[in-house]
Amino acid sequence: MRDRLFRFVLNHPIWVILLTIVLVFGAASGAKNLVFKSDYRVFFSDENPQLTAFESMQRIYSKSDNVAFIISPPEGKVFTPRTLGAIQELTEEAWQVPYSTRVDSITNFQHTWSEEDDMIVEDLVLDSTTLTDADMPRLQEIALNEPMLLNKLISPQAHVTVLNVTVQLPGINPVVEVPEVVAKARDMRAQFLEKYPDMEVRLSGMVMMNNTFAESSLNDNATLVPIMFGVVLLGMIFLLRTFSGTFATVIVIMFSIAGTMGLAGWTGFFLTGPSASTPIMVLTLAVADCVHILTTMFYEMRQGVEKKKAIQDSLKINFQPIFLTSVTTAVGFLSLNFSDSPPFRDLGNMVAMGVMLAFVFSVTIFPAMLKLLPIKVAAISDEDRNDLMHKLGKVVISKRKVLLPGMAVVMASLVLFTPQNELNDDFVKYFDTSVPFRQATDYMQDNLSGMTTMEISIESGEASGINKPEFLKAVGDLTDWLRAQPETDHVNSITDTIKRLNKNMHSDDDSYYTLPQERELSAQYLLLYEMSLPYGLDLNNQLNVDKSSTRLIGTFKNMTSTEQIDLEAKIYNWFAENAPQYKAEVASTSLMFAHIGQRNISSMLIGTSVALLLISVMLGLALRSVRYGFISLIPNLAPAVMGFGLWFLIDGQVGLALSVVAGMTLGIVVDDTVHFLSKYLYARRERGKDSQQAVRYAFASVGRALWVTTLVLVAGFMVLAQSSFKLNADMGLLTALTILIALIVDFLFLPPLLMNLDNGDKVADTTEDNDADSSNNLENKGDTHEPANQPA
Amino acid sequence: MNLLINPLKSVLIAALVSAPMVALAETPEEKGMAISVESKKRDLGWQDMQAEMNMVLRNKQGQESIREIRMKSLEINGDGDKSLSVFDKPRDVKGTAFLSFSHPVGADDQWLYLPALKRVKRIASRNKSGPFMGSEFAYEDLSSFEVEKYTYKYLRDDACEGGTCFVVEQYPVDKNSGYTRRLVWLDQSEYRIWKIDFFDRKNSPLKTLTYHDYQQYLGKHWRSDLMKMVNHQTGKSTDLSWKSYQFKTGLSDKDFNKNSLKRAR
Repeated sequence: MRDRLFRFVLNHPIWVILLTIVLVFGAASGAKNLVFKSDYRVFFSDENPQLTAFESMQRIYSKSDNVAFIISPPEGKVFTPRTLGAIQELTEEAWQVPYSTRVDSITNFQHTWSEEDDMIVEDLVLDSTTLTDADMPRLQEIALNEPMLLNKLISPQAHVTVLNVTVQLPGINPVVEVPEVVAKARDMRAQFLEKYPDMEVRLSGMVMMNNTFAESSLNDNATLVPIMFGVVLLGMIFLLRTFSGTFATVIVIMFSIAGTMGLAGWTGFFLTGPSASTPIMVLTLAVADCVHILTTMFYEMRQGVEKKKAIQDSLKINFQPIFLTSVTTAVGFLSLNFSDSPPFRDLGNMVAMGVMLAFVFSVTIFPAMLKLLPIKVAAISDEDRNDLMHKLGKVVISKRKVLLPGMAVVMASLVLFTPQNELNDDFVKYFDTSVPFRQATDYMQDNLSGMTTMEISIESGEASGINKPEFLKAVGDLTDWLRAQPETDHVNSITDTIKRLNKNMHSDDDSYYTLPQERELSAQYLLLYEMSLPYGLDLNNQLNVDKSSTRLIGTFKNMTSTEQIDLEAKIYNWFAENAPQYKAEVASTSLMFAHIGQRNISSMLIGTSVALLLISVMLGLALRSVRYGFISLIPNLAPAVMGFGLWFLIDGQVGLALSVVAGMTLGIVVDDTVHFLSKYLYARRERGKDSQQAVRYAFASVGRALWVTTLVLVAGFMVLAQSSFKLNADMGLLTALTILIALIVDFLFLPPLLMNLDNGDKVADTTEDNDADSSNNLENKGDTHEPANQPA
Repeated sequence: MNLLINPLKSVLIAALVSAPMVALAETPEEKGMAISVESKKRDLGWQDMQAEMNMVLRNKQGQESIREIRMKSLEINGDGDKSLSVFDKPRDVKGTAFLSFSHPVGADDQWLYLPALKRVKRIASRNKSGPFMGSEFAYEDLSSFEVEKYTYKYLRDDACEGGTCFVVEQYPVDKNSGYTRRLVWLDQSEYRIWKIDFFDRKNSPLKTLTYHDYQQYLGKHWRSDLMKMVNHQTGKSTDLSWKSYQFKTGLSDKDFNKNSLKRAR
C-alpha cells in the first residue's frame, strides 16, 4: 500500500500538488476563525479552585479589572494647581473609557470632614481652577495621611500619582472588548501628553496585561517566525547545498503551519500566549522529516541512481522512521493535555496536529515537488563530511573508561540541582523588560506599589454584621497586622473609612480616629457616608450587598509564588489564632498564578509519565528488545531532568511554562536515542560486530544526521527563546537546552554505557538476534542516508 | 372676477393647508416636551402622600438584602417635592430618618437624623447620581419628576405593557447627573411611565427600570406597586415595592423640617 502511494505520488506529481493545495487552502481558510483571547483567565481551567474562589469573590463585590494611568509630573511634584487640574481633567475623561464602572484618582477621592453639624463629603479637588499654591500643602497633607491613598494612588514623596479605572468587561466578545479599552486608554494618554508634554504617563493594570498577552505573542509571530524561516533557509542551503530541496521544504513547512492553524480555527481553538507559539514549533519540527528524505535521496543520486528511483528509495527507507519519530513527538506534545492550564493543552494538540500534518506532506507533496524540480547533486565526498563523526566515535571508544563515570558524575550533579529550582509564576515577569506594560508596572512598583495583591473576604455570618464592634475589631487588627508585614505596600480596609467617619462625626477630633463601640453607630455612619457618595464611588468594592461580609485588599511588594503561598497560609493562620469565628477566604489573580505552577507540575508529572510509558512501549516494539527498551530510558529521561538542573544555574525559577517542557521534549529527544540504538543493534545483530565496532558504526552512520537535526531543533527553539513573552522564551530556551543535552548524552554517555553493559558479549541478545526480521525493522527505523545503511 | 376669486381661493387654500402644517411643524423636541408637560399635568394636585417602601437588593452572586422604609412626600408647586423617609430595616439603622428637598436643577438639600448619635447631619455632597441606600436606584431616579430637569426629544411610538407608548428621550440638564440620557416609555392613554433605559456618562446602556402593577388613587393618580431596576453592567438589581398608599392626609411644611426629622419614628 505504501509503495502504491509512492508510485502514485511520483507518477502524478501535479495532481498530488494540486490536490494538496486545494486541501491546505480549504483547511487554512479556517484560520479566520482563529482569534486571540486576551484574558489572563484563559490560563486557568474552569475547575481551578483559585479561579473559582476569585470569580465568586468578584461576583459578591465588584470586579477588579483595571487600567492604571501612572502620572509623573515635572519636578516630581504632584501637588501643583496645574498638575491637579490635569489629573482632574483626566479623571473626568476616564469615565469615557468603555465599560468603566469606577474611576479613582487623588482628585475625586471622597474627602470627608465636619463643619459645624454638617458632614461634608466632597472630591478632594473639587474645582482645580480656583486652586492656588497656598492650597497645596493642605491637600498634600490630606492625601499623604490617607491610608486609602498612600502608596496606592500617591507615592510617599508625592512625586507620582496613579489614576485607576475599574472596568467591568461584559465578556461577550473578549476579542474586541480588551483592545477597545486599551485603544481608548492610549488615546487618552496621547491627548494628555499633547496638552502636558512635560509629564510622563505610563499604562498598567490587568486590562493592559491582558492586551499585552496578545500583542506580545503577535509581535513574536511577526518577527520570530520570519527569523526562523531565515535560519532554516540558510541552514539547509549551507548544510545540504540544495535550492530545490530547500524550496520544497519551505513549502512543506508553510503548508504544515497553514493547515495546523486552519484546522485549529475550524475546530474552535482560540489563540493564547503559549498556543500562539505553535507556528514556530511546527516550523522547527517539520524540517527534520524533509532533511531525512533529502539526504537519503542525495546519497542515492550520488551513487548513480536516477532521480525518480532515488526519491522512491528514500521514501521507502524513511517512511517508517519518520512516521515513528513523528508519532513519538506527537505523543510527547499530547501529554500536554494533562496540563492544568488550557492554553498548554491547546499548544500540545495543535503542535501534535502540525507534526502529523508535516509527516503527511513530507511523504506526498514533498516527493511530488522533488520529482518536478530540477535537482543537481553536489559532488561532495561523504567520507570527508563524516570525518568528524569518525573521530568522535574513536575518541568515545578510547576514552570510554573515563567518559562513563565522568558523564555519570556530571549528570548526577546536574540532576541534584533540579529540586533547587524555585517555583515562581509572576505574571508581570511573563513579559521581558522591553515590553511597555512590564516597564510601567515595574515603575509603579518601584514608586508606589506593584500588582501582587491578595483579596481577603471576611464573613461575619449575619446581615449587616460588619457593623458589630467585635467584627470591626478583628478586621482592624488584621489590617494592622498586614500593614506590619515587611512585604506589604498597601491595605485597603473598610475600618479606615469607619475610623475616619467616627472622627468626622466628632468635629474632626483626632482622638476619635477609632472604631465605634456600638453597632448602630457604625451602621449609621456608613449609611450617612454611603448616601453621600456619587455614582461609581460606592462601597460595593468593599462590602457585600447585605453588609454581612467585607473585602480587604492587600497590595504587596514583588514576591515569588512560594512566598505568596506562605503569606496566604500566614493569613489563614492569623484567622485561626485571632478570629476563628469568622469565615475568611483569600483569593486574587496573583494567587491564581502562584498556585498554577504547583498544580501544573503535579498534573504534568502524570502526563509525562503516561507519555513516557507510551513512548517506551513504542520503542520496545521498534527495537524489539525489552533490554534495550529499558536502557533507552536513561538517555530519554536524563536530558529533561538534567535540563532542569542546568536551569537552576541559569535562572533558578520554574513555573507554568517550564512544567510542560519535560513532556514536550520527551517525544523529541527520543528520536536521537532511537536512531543511535537501532544502528548499534543493527551492527551487533546483522553484522555480528562487538560493542566497540557497533558504536563506531553507529557514529559513522547516524552521527551526522543526528547533529544536523539537533542543530535545526536547537536553533528553532533558541529563536523562540528570543520571545519577549517570557513564558514562551523560557520554554524555548529550556527545550533547546534539553535537546542539546540529549545529543550529548547520546554521544558521550550512551555509547560507553552500551560498551560497558555489552562488554565481552560477542553477540548481544542472541534470542532476539535469531529473529531475522527484527533487523530490517530496526534498519528502517534508524536509517537515514549513510553508506552502511543501505540494504545491499 | 377672476382676479378677485383667485386671491380669495389662494387664501382659503393657504388657510386649509396651514392648519395641519402647524401640527406637522411640531419638532420631535417640542413633541417630547409636550408629552412630558402633559404627563406632569395629569398627576398634579396630589398634595401629600404616605406609603411604605420595601427594597430588595441583589448582587450577581444572588445574595439579597432587604430595606424597609416609610415615606412621606409633600407636593411643592414650582419646585421639587419634599420628602421624609424613616428607615425600619436593616435593624441597626432603624429610626434613621432622611429629609430631602429636591430641586429641579442643582444639588438637593438633604439631612439625615442618626438616632445612635441623636443628631441631625446635613449631607453636603453632589450625590444626585449616587446610589440610594446602596441600591441600584440613584437619588435622581427617586426624586419627583419636574419638567425642567430634562430637555426632550420624541422618538417614536412603540407597543408597551400599557398599550401604545410614546418613546421619549430625556437629556438631564444637571451636569452632576450620572446619565447622558434616559429613554422613557409612556402610555398614550394615561401618560404613565412603563419603562426607562438609562445610559451612563459614556452613553453605554447602564440600567433598565420597569414599572409594574399600576393602581389608581383618588380616581386620578396612578402609582406603580412594583419597580424593578436592573444594572446591565454589574448584574445587580433592586426591586422596589410599595404598599399602603395614602393621599391628602393633611401634611404640611412643618412636617418636613429638621425638627420633624428628629421626631420621626
